[in-house]
Amino acid sequence: MIKTIKQIAINVNEEGYLTDFSQWTKEIGEEIAKENNIEMTDKHWQVISWIQEQVTVKKPLSIRGIKKSGVIDIKEFYALFPGGPLKVSTKIAGVPKPKSCI
Amino acid sequence: MYKSLIMKNLVILGAGTSGTMMANHLVSKLPKKDWKIHIVDQYKTHYYQPGFLFLPFDIYNENQVRKEGKKFIPKGVEYHQLKIEKIDAENNLVELENGVLSYDILIIATGSKIAPQEVEGMHSKAWRDTIFDFYTYEGALALRNKLREFKEGKLVVHITEMPIKCPVAPLEFAFLADSYFDKKGIRDKVEITYVTPLSGAFTKEYSSKKLGYLLEEKNIKLETDFAIERVDYENKKIVDYIDKEISYDLLVTVPTNMGDEVIEKSGLGDDLNFVPTHEKTLQSLEHENIFVIGDATNVPASKAGSVAHFQSETLTDNILLYINNKPLKEEFDGHSNCFIETGKNKALLIDFNYEQEPVTGTFPIAGIGPLKLLKESVLNHWGKLAFRWVYWNLLLKGIPIPFVSRNMSTAGKNINK
Repeated sequence: MIKTIKQIAINVNEEGYLTDFSQWTKEIGEEIAKENNIEMTDKHWQVISWIQEQVTVKKPLSIRGIKKSGVIDIKEFYALFPGGPLKVSTKIAGVPKPKSCI
Repeated sequence: MYKSLIMKNLVILGAGTSGTMMANHLVSKLPKKDWKIHIVDQYKTHYYQPGFLFLPFDIYNENQVRKEGKKFIPKGVEYHQLKIEKIDAENNLVELENGVLSYDILIIATGSKIAPQEVEGMHSKAWRDTIFDFYTYEGALALRNKLREFKEGKLVVHITEMPIKCPVAPLEFAFLADSYFDKKGIRDKVEITYVTPLSGAFTKEYSSKKLGYLLEEKNIKLETDFAIERVDYENKKIVDYIDKEISYDLLVTVPTNMGDEVIEKSGLGDDLNFVPTHEKTLQSLEHENIFVIGDATNVPASKAGSVAHFQSETLTDNILLYINNKPLKEEFDGHSNCFIETGKNKALLIDFNYEQEPVTGTFPIAGIGPLKLLKESVLNHWGKLAFRWVYWNLLLKGIPIPFVSRNMSTAGKNINK
């Protein structure tokens, strides 16, 4: 599917996750955050960068990983990205959400 | 020291599904005059782990899921029933409880196991009283005894964190529990809740679309994005990091899964003691004469017997290439093939790899089947039950399964959604 954010056409899946990370920009991340009622702060961006780094080096994302990230603790993570922090933060970061096999 | 001066040693650590298959593959392929194969495992019994799902519901009994491990190790392979203390990768040595084994090639097949101690209050006084696992033989049997007496209340089926062995097993457990209580005539007295740290019971687009109806049809409640912080075993509640609470009378959890502690002791693992492994060649990323297979790896494939089976074919070829100083094949594609019980004598079948998510279609013969992909059928259920025979008689012995290739086939799959 094609979605237009700030006049830029991006490829997303049915749930609104970017399917091509090369199309991601900070502005697009900011808009997706707004759609999820999140106003981005420096702390939010630190978490987003950390998530993108993990995905680049093919490390699976998990709550355990967040705990050991040194960027944020789990309670803060939930507070910054309410309603399922991993699924919301990955959407803003332009990467796939953690999945199972089905 | 078992080392001989002329012979080279290939050592397999672990005689579970992966290790046993590798022993059977390699015994006929490695030149006997140059190579001696050893396999090490401290346990006497080989368990058919997919059967642990059926033990709690009295569908299988003890004897259907266990056999003596030695029976499946071929002649010509030296079996050491000993505890592995440490792998000394710098010196190509494995320290055993009563000696040292040197290797030229090492295959790590030490699997993964549950670590309930990772969550506060889980491995507590209430363990196997109101809190159970079904990923161990002992746990599945204890749960069977508990379920036989269970008359009413809240059953919570719970996943602690990913990755876990056989990621669909907890969902299958919830479906089978629905059938079990229905058959006993007490389904209306049991509330079943499925709790996952992921965003849904189904997380892939096509599966959610095709299978989303299942939970509702079976009246199973769903709690998503639940990252457990602790079990309040005194008040029978699981609590997450934002202090959300879910009460239970019976908690069936899949605890954190971790690689063997010998991996940690040897400094060869990641945070969860899984060994960093090349996802296509199955060579260790750190040591070129170490190869890793099955649940012990960190590759992003499912931790499942079928994956180990497909990996074993690629790994056998790569071991031979390595011995002959030839480049390894980047062949393993993450192929996985799993039956998923949905209760009431039906099952699903999924066939997928690193790139291709499960879709509908026919399997193993394109256009014919007889099995149907991502769709409930009675035949799929019989397929799952027949698989126990296949496991003991073909799979462990390294005999290829008819029509099923190591790499995933796109034929017969409805890929254009």
